[in-house]
Amino acid sequence: MLTADAVVDEEVTLCSRNPLNAKLYPLRLHLPPNNSAMHVLVVPQSSKDYKFLIILPLQLSTPASVSTSPAAASSKQPFLPSPSPVLDPGSLFPTNHIKVAMAANMFVVPQTQGTVLCCKCGILMTPNPANMCVTCLRSEVDITEGLRKHVTIMHCPECNSYLQPPRTWLKAQLESKELLTYCVKRLETDLKKVRLVNAEFIWTEPHSKRIKVKLKVQKEVLNGAILEQCYVVEYVQQDHMCESCTRFQANPDQWVASVQLRQRVSHRRTFFYLEQVILKHDAAAHAIKIKQMEQGIDFFFGNESHALKFVEFLGKVAPTGKSKRSEQLVSHDTKNNSYNYKYTHSVEISPICREDLICLPPRVAVSLGNLGPLVICTKVTNNITLLDPFTLRQCFLDRDQYWRYSFKSLLSSRQLVEYDVFNVEVVSPEYNVGGSKYVIADVEVARVTDYGKLFYVRTHLGHILHPGDRALGYDLYGVNSNDNELDKYTDLVIPDVILIKKSYEEKRQKKRGKPRPWKLKSLNMELDESRGRANEEKMNSEYEEFLRDLEENPELRFNLSLYHNKNYQPSEMASMGDGDDVPSVPLEELLADLELSDEEDGEDSMRE
Amino acid sequence: MATRLQFENSCEVGVFSKLTNAYCLVAIGGSENFYSAFESELADVIPVVKTSISGTRIIGRLCAGNKNGLLVPHNTTDQELQHLRNSLPDQVVVQRIDEKLSALGNCIACNDHVALTHTDLDKETEEIIADVLGVEVFRQTIAGNILVGSYCALSNRGGLVHPHTSIEDLDELSTLLQVPLVAGTINRGSEVIAAGMTVNDWTAFCGSDTTATELSVIESVFKLREAQPTAIVNEMRNSLIDSYV
Repeated sequence: MLTADAVVDEEVTLCSRNPLNAKLYPLRLHLPPNNSAMHVLVVPQSSKDYKFLIILPLQLSTPASVSTSPAAASSKQPFLPSPSPVLDPGSLFPTNHIKVAMAANMFVVPQTQGTVLCCKCGILMTPNPANMCVTCLRSEVDITEGLRKHVTIMHCPECNSYLQPPRTWLKAQLESKELLTYCVKRLETDLKKVRLVNAEFIWTEPHSKRIKVKLKVQKEVLNGAILEQCYVVEYVQQDHMCESCTRFQANPDQWVASVQLRQRVSHRRTFFYLEQVILKHDAAAHAIKIKQMEQGIDFFFGNESHALKFVEFLGKVAPTGKSKRSEQLVSHDTKNNSYNYKYTHSVEISPICREDLICLPPRVAVSLGNLGPLVICTKVTNNITLLDPFTLRQCFLDRDQYWRYSFKSLLSSRQLVEYDVFNVEVVSPEYNVGGSKYVIADVEVARVTDYGKLFYVRTHLGHILHPGDRALGYDLYGVNSNDNELDKYTDLVIPDVILIKKSYEEKRQKKRGKPRPWKLKSLNMELDESRGRANEEKMNSEYEEFLRDLEENPELRFNLSLYHNKNYQPSEMASMGDGDDVPSVPLEELLADLELSDEEDGEDSMRE
Repeated sequence: MATRLQFENSCEVGVFSKLTNAYCLVAIGGSENFYSAFESELADVIPVVKTSISGTRIIGRLCAGNKNGLLVPHNTTDQELQHLRNSLPDQVVVQRIDEKLSALGNCIACNDHVALTHTDLDKETEEIIADVLGVEVFRQTIAGNILVGSYCALSNRGGLVHPHTSIEDLDELSTLLQVPLVAGTINRGSEVIAAGMTVNDWTAFCGSDTTATELSVIESVFKLREAQPTAIVNEMRNSLIDSYV
């Protein structure tokens, strides 16, 4: 149609001029908007290589004349890429981005952002919503106007903490994350107006009592341009003692609640053990003071809730009875009717300890299923485990159950006597009673101090006793007990000796004086000064016995933490073959101690 | 020469006035300062007419015109139309057009030879524009904005467009309009060019917030420094097809 109209006898391609490089490219789908008429100008070709006419469509809207209407009609049809009667345009116009765009059937002009002059200073810049260069904008608008640049903060020199009004004191080191958070929080009202992007410390002399923080903030100005600016805030540190430090300074002994832990026995084994358990569980972390008293320990707390928590903890690890609480009025504010009290909790631990020999009252024996009235206590946690050595029956007594009857022990470990074992005859096979193995055997023993009298007794220690061993047991033959319960049993056959445990004393003799490969931590206790030298020796020997106990009983160690003793060097003597006879703590159970220069007592350390 | 002025404390001079080579329309304001500013520049050369369009003062944005004619929206009252017809020179054809987009000043940017229009303008309107104003009409956008009349100020010697116009767009428009174009701002960084200023071949009026930089850009692109009104008004200019790339 077009060729006929334009009276040309060559082939025609509809092209357009690329505004970028003034080259020609064939028109694919470049229809004017709103489907208006497209005026086509036919221009004879100028290049000698191309054998077709170049037609330039212009988006003019002169009224459609006769000559152009067929062209307009034909130009509205989209050109198919492949079956074109003319030469392939791809080979002629090699510009790559145009080819890609043509393949997509759409011509997209790549847009480059131009530059304008800043309306104030006239330098070239890319347009932004304010159309001012950054320097002019900054000089124009100060987004930090109205924000505080000087702030006063309170600092307690005793505990190195900062006041967050109205009452909280926050502990923080200089140039730490907590301090930065605190400083930014103090500016909260200001920072609502702008957006905080970054905050960091600027170094100041520690004694200058000034803290400088550089803040980077963003704010929207003028017509939507966002401006970013840095500014420095200076904090002046004022020294002011916090309330807890003031109270402490005024009266260092200020406690509000105390827990008095007592056990009516003549030894302190339970307290050594409890000390280790408390250390492991960190239960006395809130205690202001710990004082060692006769037959017990006193704990002082700053808070009644801490004391209650401690009492509850004790109830879980030891067979304590019901705790009693008493109050003492310290002060009374008549204006607002508030009362300040001092609370004292009295907690009693049952006098039954491990290795004690107990004669059960008839009622208890019957309620436990006719357990032989003579029993040995094998384990004390918050339950008491009783073992009948002749029937190998084990029984548990709950706290409440024990304190309902509250019987005492017949003989305790102080009254243990050493025996030499001459003969062992195993009577029964090995029984596993509650995790421990026992074998009933008939043994021939004699007291070490008096070889004259031989005893033939039944014992439950058949699995470890051999002839020539030493054992510790209770001498019921020689003892004179004033026990009411025992008298109630009229037809009871009391054995002469009840053996409790094997003694490693001889072998320990060789190891005497040598340090152990493990050690224990201790609580920071104030000692009772009034007791004198003899007690100190007694305490030391008791402690030594306690440590030996720990070595011999793995189940006792279960709840405690033992640490490597760095001072221990395995000596050459250890290879002399006595190592496996004496029970000792295996290396895997020991924990690595935490290396801190200013380590506090009573702290737990990291696990191995 | 470019002049800085204010209309009742507003810097948007192009909203309240319309300046062409043959006449000047000014809105009716509270004080006479606005009117007298125009008068002092233009009184000898072209008539300065005080008017309102459809009772409003935003005449610059409601009407579009050049030396050949003036187009007013459909809601212009008859009295206003008559007033315009009486006040303007005879060769200026005043035509009221029925167009859905009644803010013709925002939709049409024109000089004496070529006009850019809003893409959604009616076909009949386009024909009337071409007829009354005697121009070639192109439907275009400026920096992606369809209100070409707001974002571009055009005279026969140059044009100022929205600052975000890309270089390719500038080239394309400049090819179409056959005048040099520059992207810039008015009134201290405002992007709405035509609202902030009004221009003809020898003079321009800008809002008082216009900075010196902006003023120098305007004077250079519209070639106002060496312009003499008499030379331009009395001469006929032939339309040339230059390739201005």
